[in-house]
Amino acid sequence: MEFLNALVAILNYVVVPATAYGAQLALGALGVTLIYGILRFSNFAHGDTMAFGTGITIIVTWGLQALGIGLGPLPTALLALPFGIAITAALVLATDRVVYRYYRKVKTAPVILTMVSVGVMFVMNGVTRLLIGVDEIQFADGERFVVAARAFKAATGLNEPLAIRTTQVITVVVAGLVVWALFWFLARTRTGKSMRAFSDNEDLALLSGINPNRVVAVTWIIAAALATTAGTLYGLDKSFKAFNYFQLLLPIFAAAIVGGLGNPLGAIAGGFVIAFSEVGVTYAWKKVATYLIPNWEAEGLMQLLSTEYKFAVSFAILIIVLLFKPTGLFKGKSV
Amino acid sequence: MSFLDASDMTGGYGAADILHGCTLKVEKGQIAVIVGPNGAGKSTAMKAVFGMLKLRGGHVKLDGEDITALSPQERVRKGMGFVPQVNNVFPTMSVEENLEMGAFIRTDDFRPTMEQVYDLFPILRDKRHQNAGELSGGQRQQVAVGRALMTQPKLLMLDEPTAGVSPIVMDELFDRIIEVARTGISILMVEQNARQALEIADQGYVLVQGANKYTDTGAALMADPEVRRTFLGG
Repeated sequence: MEFLNALVAILNYVVVPATAYGAQLALGALGVTLIYGILRFSNFAHGDTMAFGTGITIIVTWGLQALGIGLGPLPTALLALPFGIAITAALVLATDRVVYRYYRKVKTAPVILTMVSVGVMFVMNGVTRLLIGVDEIQFADGERFVVAARAFKAATGLNEPLAIRTTQVITVVVAGLVVWALFWFLARTRTGKSMRAFSDNEDLALLSGINPNRVVAVTWIIAAALATTAGTLYGLDKSFKAFNYFQLLLPIFAAAIVGGLGNPLGAIAGGFVIAFSEVGVTYAWKKVATYLIPNWEAEGLMQLLSTEYKFAVSFAILIIVLLFKPTGLFKGKSV
Repeated sequence: MSFLDASDMTGGYGAADILHGCTLKVEKGQIAVIVGPNGAGKSTAMKAVFGMLKLRGGHVKLDGEDITALSPQERVRKGMGFVPQVNNVFPTMSVEENLEMGAFIRTDDFRPTMEQVYDLFPILRDKRHQNAGELSGGQRQQVAVGRALMTQPKLLMLDEPTAGVSPIVMDELFDRIIEVARTGISILMVEQNARQALEIADQGYVLVQGANKYTDTGAALMADPEVRRTFLGG
């Protein structure tokens, strides 16, 4: 019984939230790694692309709610997501046209493109705040829980509750579908293969007659879709705040680099590594320890790091990886 | 009228010219080899033929058509295939995907061409699901040549195809190149292994400082005591 309680506590406070968070980071990191692999720069504007996409999705959600259109137990935002993706894709394509294309044409160094993306980040951040404001917004509707804490306790007779929110399940399911679709696209379709070829060896891709403008455009559209989906799932799971997405940039980049920049599989693995480390390190293990070790009361909370410092975890992992394995866990490009 | 006629090519990457009136011609279905000392402009001459270098003088004609102003991509569509010396495969893609990418510009069914490539390089058929980056140097060169053949080029250009492979693999590659030429494809090749390359060459060009020093059939160049002494090591 004690053991089961400990297990449920770990599930409830670590595994479930970290899995959902990991799936969100994985989607974000996939976008970053795709841009890095194909357009060859670290896109700092990715976090704010997520914020913008989520903002649009929320506005469309409100519109749908006002019209009385919903998905029943599922959040209305899922219905609004395709609109958010379309508008975000249009925005990043316009940005590419106005900003990035020039730098590609003059064959600028990647670090300059990265700096350019910082500029784009500030502009996008401003646009998002103008559109939807800086306040915290809850936009999840529909059924709140798949497994409710009280019902779980009653059903199992355990002391520890287990709660699984609808948004957490949706996050994992949607992320799984998106990842499957992306990998299918990259592995099976002509356009997907041409993108991999372009990422592998740009000169040879050009010699083979692959149209670089098309590759670039498709990459941006996919990145916008990934960013909007990741952002919306994160917003549903927690809440939406324009500034939060800027802060997500660090764990997302850490995830992409841990996995190996340019490697999609690595981005997913990296997302979960970062999420589990972050949640694991900031969780107070006292309760679990009390269950597992009889007749012993821990003195402190057994929390390695307080939650305010959670970003330090990504940062520490980032530095360790860069020092000891700069190409990441899976073979990626060295930074 | 030669199938490829690149005459009086003059040009370079920056202000200084590397090529000084260099002329390269290849007949239909024949093998032409460019040899010469390091820095003679062999690879540059080939890049000029392929349009990767802006010419200040001279012209490039393929099958009688002047293509001097065309980009490399447009030249591929005109029937040129180019195998760069390095970075000539997509390393994280399978052998089969490499060939598919070679056929990217084709809208017709390229399966028969792929089968021909597999017949030419049987080892590639066995390894078609393996990533090109995991193959040995010689196998990778076969993928590179196979990729270029996927567009069904009329002229195949090879920039040092045997660089970094063992002598046995080199002989094997040369045999395959002869086979390709027998199917009617013209071949223009830059080679470090001058002696072996001239042995299979119908036409040989010895370049020195970006200009033609000796031009003759491969056999005649091999027999020329002056060429032997200066370029083939006796």
